[in-house]
Amino acid sequence: MNFTLQIWRQDRPGDSGRYETIEAHEIDAEASFLEMLDQVNERLIAQGSRAVAFDSDCREGICGACSLTIDGLPHGPQQVTTCQTYMRDFRDGQTIRVEPFRNNAFPVMRDLVTDRGALDRIIQSGGYISTSTGPQPEPNAMPVSPEVQTTAMDAAICIGCGACVAACPNGAAMLFTGAKVTHLNSLPQGQAERGDRVRSMVHQMDAEGFGGCTNFGECSLACPQEISIDVIGTLNREYRKAVRDEKKASKKMVAQ
Amino acid sequence: MSSTFTLDAKIPAGPIEGKWNSWLDAHRLVGPRNRASHTVIVVGTGLAGASAAASLAAQGYRVKSFCFQDSARRAHSIAAQGGINAAKDYANEGDSIRRLFVDTIRGGDFRAREANVWRLAELSANIVDQAVAQGVPFNREYGGQLATRSFGGVLVQRTFYSRGQTGQQLLLGAYSALQHQVASGNAKIYNRHEMLDVVTVDGEARGIIARNLVTGELERHAADAVVLASGGYTNVYYLSTNAMNSNVTAAWRAHKRGALMANPCYTQIHPTCIPQSGEYQSKLTLMSESLRNDGRVWVPRRGRDSRPPAQIPEAERYYFLEERYPAFGNLVPRDVASRAAKIVCDEGLGVGGTGRGVYLDFRDAIDTVGRATVQGKYGNLFDMYHRITAEDPYETPMMIYPAPHYAMGGLWVDYELQTTIDGLFAVGEANFSDHGANRLGASAMMQCLADGYFIVPHTVTNHIARRGGIVDDRHEAFERTEQEVQDRIARLINVNGTTAPQVIHRELGNVMLDKCGMSRTAEGLTEAIERIHQIRDEFWNDVRVDGRADELNQSLELAGRVADFIELAEVMCLDALKREESAGGHFREEHQTPDGEALRDDDRFASVTAWEYGGEGGMPVAHEEPLEFENVKLATRSYK
Amino acid sequence: MLVTDGTRARRSGLRELWDSSIGKKIAVAVSGGILVGYVVLHMLGNLNSLYGPGNGDARVDDYAHWLRTFGEPLLPYGFVLWAVRVLLLAALVVHVTGIVQLRARSRAARGGHPARRIGRSFSAATTIVTGSLLLAFIVFHILQFTTLTIDVTPLHEGAVYANLYNAFQKWYFVLLYVLAVGSLGFHLRHGVWSAVQTLGFDSPEKNQAIRRTAGALAVFVVVGFVLVPVLFWTGALSAPDVANTQASITVVAR
Repeated sequence: MNFTLQIWRQDRPGDSGRYETIEAHEIDAEASFLEMLDQVNERLIAQGSRAVAFDSDCREGICGACSLTIDGLPHGPQQVTTCQTYMRDFRDGQTIRVEPFRNNAFPVMRDLVTDRGALDRIIQSGGYISTSTGPQPEPNAMPVSPEVQTTAMDAAICIGCGACVAACPNGAAMLFTGAKVTHLNSLPQGQAERGDRVRSMVHQMDAEGFGGCTNFGECSLACPQEISIDVIGTLNREYRKAVRDEKKASKKMVAQ
Repeated sequence: MSSTFTLDAKIPAGPIEGKWNSWLDAHRLVGPRNRASHTVIVVGTGLAGASAAASLAAQGYRVKSFCFQDSARRAHSIAAQGGINAAKDYANEGDSIRRLFVDTIRGGDFRAREANVWRLAELSANIVDQAVAQGVPFNREYGGQLATRSFGGVLVQRTFYSRGQTGQQLLLGAYSALQHQVASGNAKIYNRHEMLDVVTVDGEARGIIARNLVTGELERHAADAVVLASGGYTNVYYLSTNAMNSNVTAAWRAHKRGALMANPCYTQIHPTCIPQSGEYQSKLTLMSESLRNDGRVWVPRRGRDSRPPAQIPEAERYYFLEERYPAFGNLVPRDVASRAAKIVCDEGLGVGGTGRGVYLDFRDAIDTVGRATVQGKYGNLFDMYHRITAEDPYETPMMIYPAPHYAMGGLWVDYELQTTIDGLFAVGEANFSDHGANRLGASAMMQCLADGYFIVPHTVTNHIARRGGIVDDRHEAFERTEQEVQDRIARLINVNGTTAPQVIHRELGNVMLDKCGMSRTAEGLTEAIERIHQIRDEFWNDVRVDGRADELNQSLELAGRVADFIELAEVMCLDALKREESAGGHFREEHQTPDGEALRDDDRFASVTAWEYGGEGGMPVAHEEPLEFENVKLATRSYK
Repeated sequence: MLVTDGTRARRSGLRELWDSSIGKKIAVAVSGGILVGYVVLHMLGNLNSLYGPGNGDARVDDYAHWLRTFGEPLLPYGFVLWAVRVLLLAALVVHVTGIVQLRARSRAARGGHPARRIGRSFSAATTIVTGSLLLAFIVFHILQFTTLTIDVTPLHEGAVYANLYNAFQKWYFVLLYVLAVGSLGFHLRHGVWSAVQTLGFDSPEKNQAIRRTAGALAVFVVVGFVLVPVLFWTGALSAPDVANTQASITVVAR
């Protein structure tokens, strides 16, 4: 198969980028999109040109390093990561536009490589249960029903790729944040920090400059893990309750 | 080169059940107020690295955590699927620490250190407790209790799991614990940083040189101790189940500074992977071993049988694992299953376009328990297979073939997980580990987390209390090491040849898979070493690194890693050549039983071989650590 | 490199809400809810027109009068009406300000690279457009029927039925009102469902029902509103009793 690629090229953070047209010839239909780019790079290097920089690691859809927008669709036309997108999903002779995940909070480092540290900082602000290494209670002393486990797990499978952010017309990170809040706040272990967690994470999410959800549902359609937009409703609910409870608590403190 | 090492494993005296506790009772402590003045560097943020960094930071040390990925959460532990073992005996099968210990020693074909394995079994239950406390959503039974399942090589159900994404969930648990420490100010993460050398002062590790992968800047980082958690080296085969960027560089640079490399020939070829489909392929995808719980492995009895699998009658199907190993059947250990698949394919019975594949069939499971149940257990794996191959495993059997997956070999460490360089520790897959010559399923995560959460935080403390102290990063050793790293990078760029580093990597991989893969011969290995020398020359004469050193440059990163893989490959072949026996994943064709099983030679090789770097152009030197088996009887493994 | 200050947010109450993206959306949702409530009452009130011109004393005129005298003598004339107007104005200001600020955030976050449409519904994709249309329409609507400033057709203080009749004899006013009400329908369909989600009252089991309810509410409001201009235009609602109307009010000469 042959393709014409229009690839975003950018030398360093802050530079203005441009699209460059690169031909990809004789590509096997069973090659993944990234393997197609590998071949393009191999040839570019042999020709003495500069290879296209892009992030990828596990190539089995779990690490979340892939961060390409293909023809305007984060990860590409299938609802899977780019590494599991195969050239058989494209037409022979097709022109394909490849750019990085787009968001102001994801600055481009080079070509298709972005910095998604904002997502890590959201986790740092509260996406954990504050326990340190040491003796822990016997797990079966705190039963968790399979239903709760399923709710938590359906959210916990987030791979942190940021496709939800790239797909969102508002540039919101609420599917990502909502998934982590749903995971931790639905488990019994997560109850003690429930309110603090969601307030801090929302605060950090805003500080990073992400937009707000207007319920378009694009995030969920772009998510390779098919995380439901329900997690955003949960995030909203948890946040509203947390602010309300905080207000009550501070009133009580004043009364005392 | 004369030997400067005595391989003292520092195993505490006394009965095996009490060794770890007696070590804990006696080790030296650092006062809580003093810990903040000590820095520990942890390289890698996989299960071992993240858990070690989080635990050390929680103790109060200043932790600098390094990863080359853009986020600590992307380390390749994330891809582990099946589960984690723990001797909790929830299933009331009479499981115990001793049984987990025995299974692991036996699964490793009696080539692991007893004391370490016992400690691993002992700590296994704590790991699950720790993970649950962090909010890891393990699968649950209807009553809300933790669920377990069985895995290859054992007869009990001691494997805890989160669907088919246990590694992801355990890693996110450790990652979140580390992020908690970042928030509290004790830990700092240096993402997109690659460690390129260890700095030693008077034979002790005092820091590292790391390259900022975004700016290309070289940075000096000084510390009281350095912990390497940089993973395994299976990408030496080019095609493997590892992530694209997994590499041996951190471990190899430590090796060149004096850390011994143990048992490098022990690599695991995992039986249930999706077969290769073309030359362009960049990696192989693993399907969880848990599939062998319900899937039956077979090939047609007649070679080149072109009928669709569903039309091949029962009598003409060769269920080779069930026939050869009636007791364990499809659940034999990985090395055994892989080799059996290779043998039937060598006999011409393989299926698929390349003839290198066997069927993994769920027809009978679907008939017995129903499609819904099978879907509930393996749905995501079936979807993944369908996605990759465009074939529906509910309708037609999966096709699988073994693929390089895990390195049992690695940096030699003593009981304290310290390498032969004082103050340099190695944890997780980066060390030569507790798995001997073959690792059982669901044991890697157990070992990584035991090392990171419960062992290395104490042994590092002990080291700091004894010998800690930080050297100024303007020290001459830092300057010299940085210069050497700088020179090496310049050398890579200055070759300015015509071949992309990945092309040379592929050549190396082909040689290694062919000659130092699932089965090896003295002749093949000798040939391989010659080929490796040619590849090394080709690399240093013709590699082309596009771009500069002072910018984000993925070709430069890869070139450095390939150069190290080439050097490692040679030592792997030397080790495989030296070990004139078959053990676990290391199968020498000259050493097999009449029915094709691995034949050990305990008199000559019940030992660990640890290789010392021989200097530029010099021959590596082999050292031996004898293995003593006092708590489990040396016996021929039998899964029949 | 990762940096956070490690402190957790410690502000509380309305300030925290308004400063955060979710809190601001809660404000938008609540103010939107007030506006929706008003719209439904307004629509039901309008239906008084369907009783026709009556005998020189249209029911809708009585209704308009009642709105002003409601609560008398306890409350002064027009008090409730003005209280409602103040509340509505406040709600509208909060709703629009919130949206404008959130919209600015979103645009900044996209950094000049708008997102390709994958699967968002028409009503979701056009909420800003329908909202802007509505805002413009509301201004026009108030100038036309409340302040009687835009008097293209004859308008008389207090003669609601006659005013409506006169206005909706013109096809362009009918079209304008139908279009505006259509916008309102699409705005409500997405807005109501979004408000429920923003307030966190949704749940996987209920979401289908919530979406349907939002759609049904939108249809209900649209049909109710559209009936009046359409029935006037088609002649189903007859002309007001001119003699009586003229007797009771001053004619604005044209």
